[in-house]
Amino acid sequence: MLSTLFAVADWVSPAVDYHAIAPEIIVAAGICVVLLADLFIADRSKWLLSTVAGFTLLGAFIPVLTLALSDEGPRSLFDGRYVIDDFSIVMKGLFLLSAYVIVLLSTTHIEEGDYYQGEYWVLMLSSILGMLMMTSSRDLVSIFVALEFLSIPAYMLAAWRKRDAKSNEAGVKYFLLGVFASAVMLYGMSLLYGVANSTLLSGLAAEISGELTAIRVLAVVFVVVGFAFKVSAVPFHTWAPDTYEGAPTPVTAFLSVASKAAGFVALVTVLYVAVPGASDVWQPLIWVLAALTMTVGNVMALRQTNIVRMLAYSSIAQGGFILMPLAVAAEGNSSAAVLRSVVTYLIVYAATNLGMFGIILAVSRKTRSGEVASFGGLFSYAPGIGALATIFLASLAGIPPLGGWIGKFSAFQAVLEAGTTWGYVLAVIGAVNSVIAFGYYGNVMREMWMRPVPNGDTSPIATPAPLKLALGITGIATLALGILPGVALHFGDIAVFTSAFGG
Amino acid sequence: MDILRDHNWVLSVGTFLPLAGVLVMLFIPKAEEQLQKAVALITALATLGVGVYTLTLFNYDRAGEMQFVAQTNWISVIKSTYYIGIDGISLPLYILSMVITVLVMIYSWDHIPSPGNPKAFLILMLVLQTGMAGTFISQDLILFFVFFELVLLPMYFMIGVWGGENRQYASLKFFLYTMFGSALMLVAFLALFFKTGAESFAIPYLVENGGAIAKNTQVWIFAGMFIGFAVKVPMFPFHTWLPDAHTQAPTQGSVILAAVLLKLGTYGFIRIAIPMLPDAAREWAPYIGLLAVIGIIYGALGCLAQTDMKRLIAFSSVAHMGFVMLGISTLTSFGMNAAVFGMVAHGLITGMLFFVAGSVKDRYHTLEIARLGGMLKQVPHLGWILGFCAMASLGLPGLAGFWGEFPAILSAYSPLSGLSEVTFRVYMVIAAMGTVLAAAYLLWLFQRTAFGEPKPEFGGSTSDSHGHHDHDDAHHSDIHDVTVYEWVAWTPLLVGIVLFGVMPNLLFKLIDPAVAAIVTHIGG
Repeated sequence: MLSTLFAVADWVSPAVDYHAIAPEIIVAAGICVVLLADLFIADRSKWLLSTVAGFTLLGAFIPVLTLALSDEGPRSLFDGRYVIDDFSIVMKGLFLLSAYVIVLLSTTHIEEGDYYQGEYWVLMLSSILGMLMMTSSRDLVSIFVALEFLSIPAYMLAAWRKRDAKSNEAGVKYFLLGVFASAVMLYGMSLLYGVANSTLLSGLAAEISGELTAIRVLAVVFVVVGFAFKVSAVPFHTWAPDTYEGAPTPVTAFLSVASKAAGFVALVTVLYVAVPGASDVWQPLIWVLAALTMTVGNVMALRQTNIVRMLAYSSIAQGGFILMPLAVAAEGNSSAAVLRSVVTYLIVYAATNLGMFGIILAVSRKTRSGEVASFGGLFSYAPGIGALATIFLASLAGIPPLGGWIGKFSAFQAVLEAGTTWGYVLAVIGAVNSVIAFGYYGNVMREMWMRPVPNGDTSPIATPAPLKLALGITGIATLALGILPGVALHFGDIAVFTSAFGG
Repeated sequence: MDILRDHNWVLSVGTFLPLAGVLVMLFIPKAEEQLQKAVALITALATLGVGVYTLTLFNYDRAGEMQFVAQTNWISVIKSTYYIGIDGISLPLYILSMVITVLVMIYSWDHIPSPGNPKAFLILMLVLQTGMAGTFISQDLILFFVFFELVLLPMYFMIGVWGGENRQYASLKFFLYTMFGSALMLVAFLALFFKTGAESFAIPYLVENGGAIAKNTQVWIFAGMFIGFAVKVPMFPFHTWLPDAHTQAPTQGSVILAAVLLKLGTYGFIRIAIPMLPDAAREWAPYIGLLAVIGIIYGALGCLAQTDMKRLIAFSSVAHMGFVMLGISTLTSFGMNAAVFGMVAHGLITGMLFFVAGSVKDRYHTLEIARLGGMLKQVPHLGWILGFCAMASLGLPGLAGFWGEFPAILSAYSPLSGLSEVTFRVYMVIAAMGTVLAAAYLLWLFQRTAFGEPKPEFGGSTSDSHGHHDHDDAHHSDIHDVTVYEWVAWTPLLVGIVLFGVMPNLLFKLIDPAVAAIVTHIGG
């Protein structure tokens, strides 16, 4: 019957390169397996599901490797609407590995808490599938679908702590502002389609260039603002602190690393492939966003006493650093360096921030508190965790020789490579901000090293094995990326778009 | 292979050996304190051994050239390489850092400051050593930056955890100041990189090509570096972190800070800022000189106002580093020779003074000058060592301090041609007055703490009733003279102060060719 339908519609199935979309297929299959298995597994065996989720992600990483090693060059599917180029391969690898670490972070937490387990993993995997799709989408429609695919499960995950008002608030806030952002973006996209008569990004590029009419300017501004919500850039960041604080901690880790990275992937894709011609519009816009995001994020973080909330503002500020080079992306020959710095920053930020969330999970298992003060004296009774936490915090602050410095460094380098006055000014703002940032990262270090243990409770911290593994992976990655920064930069360097300026 | 590249492993081994010790210590349980100390000390000694071996291999006839040069790929994407080498300027500082670390380790044997935990304390010290040594041998700006920053965290924790009452404030202040400086310095490094054609971060390359940058741009890039290095030196008005950091740091931290860390700043000026940006250096020189002499006078007046011995020594550092910067600001070979010598001399003398201050604090549990007194009677050796260091510090001829101070003042008489002679001669006069003030505050310190009778509260013989004396016995029972560990830790410094004072040529013949090579880039 289906074939007759096809015959009537005169529809020919496009040739599909299954190798190219194998990661997505594996994750989709994993979702089905978890969903079905959840129905038949007894409550006490639900831990199996996290194992399945973890292996799904590792399994999906295999085709990413084979794609990376094949020298076929970029693979383009569906008339160039879905492209597997070096950029998307690097980002897919990053998403899968960070998701794997997040699974490790979640496992014990979800098991021990009062959570729906099966659905948690289904939603998590769905969101990751959306991210994988995002890296390859080169069409307004597929970008939008991918964005919603990754966001909607995340809205639900944010509210995953049952009967907890804060968690519900987190979910609702995230949902409302997220939908609002989608609407704004979609409106901009409709305008883009209206003027260019194409949803294909590369098709847009030709139309959005030269002298820009008001409607084109408006379209670009709306799209950028929509993404600014997704990456929680100031002044569109207001949802982030509440959502981060209310959501279960592993979900917060997921939102602040993977979800945010996906937002940046989408933003960079649109800017580089679709509207490079409108750089006169988006460069100043992003300049302002970046300067505001860094400064406001840092200053607000200084005032926080809850560590998750502090990390929420810190992640806003870090987002500002990722945005910073984009403000000069079209100046001179800087586009390649800018893309490299964004990818590099995302890689080191993922390793470091996930590690820090792992620390928070480990410590809060003992202290049952999210206050910065609960870290008091950590180094004296748990030197291993304390030393690791110091490494992560120092890396977030961008202190060599830990991973974070190369992210900051490449961001500065990209901004200065443009050689414009605005670039220099932004670099100086960034430099000052990196000092402010130490104020609150250093504050946590001070608690750990120099303050007494609250309540004098110096019983050791029992870290479950998956969490240990996650801390090990992120800790080693943070150190290795800092000492051999060439690794992260290398991935940043090869991650180029097939059809973009500078690419 | 070129002779200058022979044995080029010695620098890498000398720099990273402490980290091997750290690795071993990580696997030793925290409770095994003696073993921790032993491993740390052996590591430091082995590192110094490599350093001494480097000294024997060093070709002194070609001290002006980089030796033991090694260069391999590191971050090829941004054109930065692992590029190291050592010349006559780096060598004394490189060895100084190793010597100081060993001495501090010996001193730590029975002086682990509260709250204990020698494992963490010694590990931080070894990491610090790697950072310091690495900074002096880096021939690549990014590598330099990484090492330069590597010392921050260990020092932050050392002050913050093992420091005095106000340690948390002091450590944060130290960190924020330094980080602010180095953030701007990094921006300046990058700007320099792009303005020279984005070819390489190698220091020799940038020295070769930096001069071609337009003067206006140079002045701005120099400004960024200036802030980075001036905070570290520290120059007036960026010095305010120093008295706090020094006063609050544990003795070991103060010694390392004074003896080596401050030199990272002055070294940066000589190795990086000035030769790379010669036009800017000439533009900036009068202002650097001005800030230097302000630092000399301000530091000296600050000393006179102090009531705390350690804080007084800290302010004297501001003054002494002012002399070093004055020498640098003349941009002459003569001035820079004096500056490098001054760096080493200040490292030996002030490091020694902080050791003494630490030991005084251990015995009297206070550093308040008004409460001390009669040390020569009560602890004669310690008292005489203090006196000796005070003499050395005020620049007595025949001791090392003289050769840092006096030529620096003299060099201001004739700065590099093109710089205003009048200005620098005024600086010279002011700096000379600074030496008088230095004599005043140091002798006054010595007089108040060492002369006279020991104070009653510390068991000095007074007209007090005998009963009262007994009552206080517990309080002063630990006032004893210099211990064996202290003698072992201090003797090398004391010998060094005399040796370099009597035979300054040991150092000058090493420094001079290297300085000459740098001065040629600024047309001197």
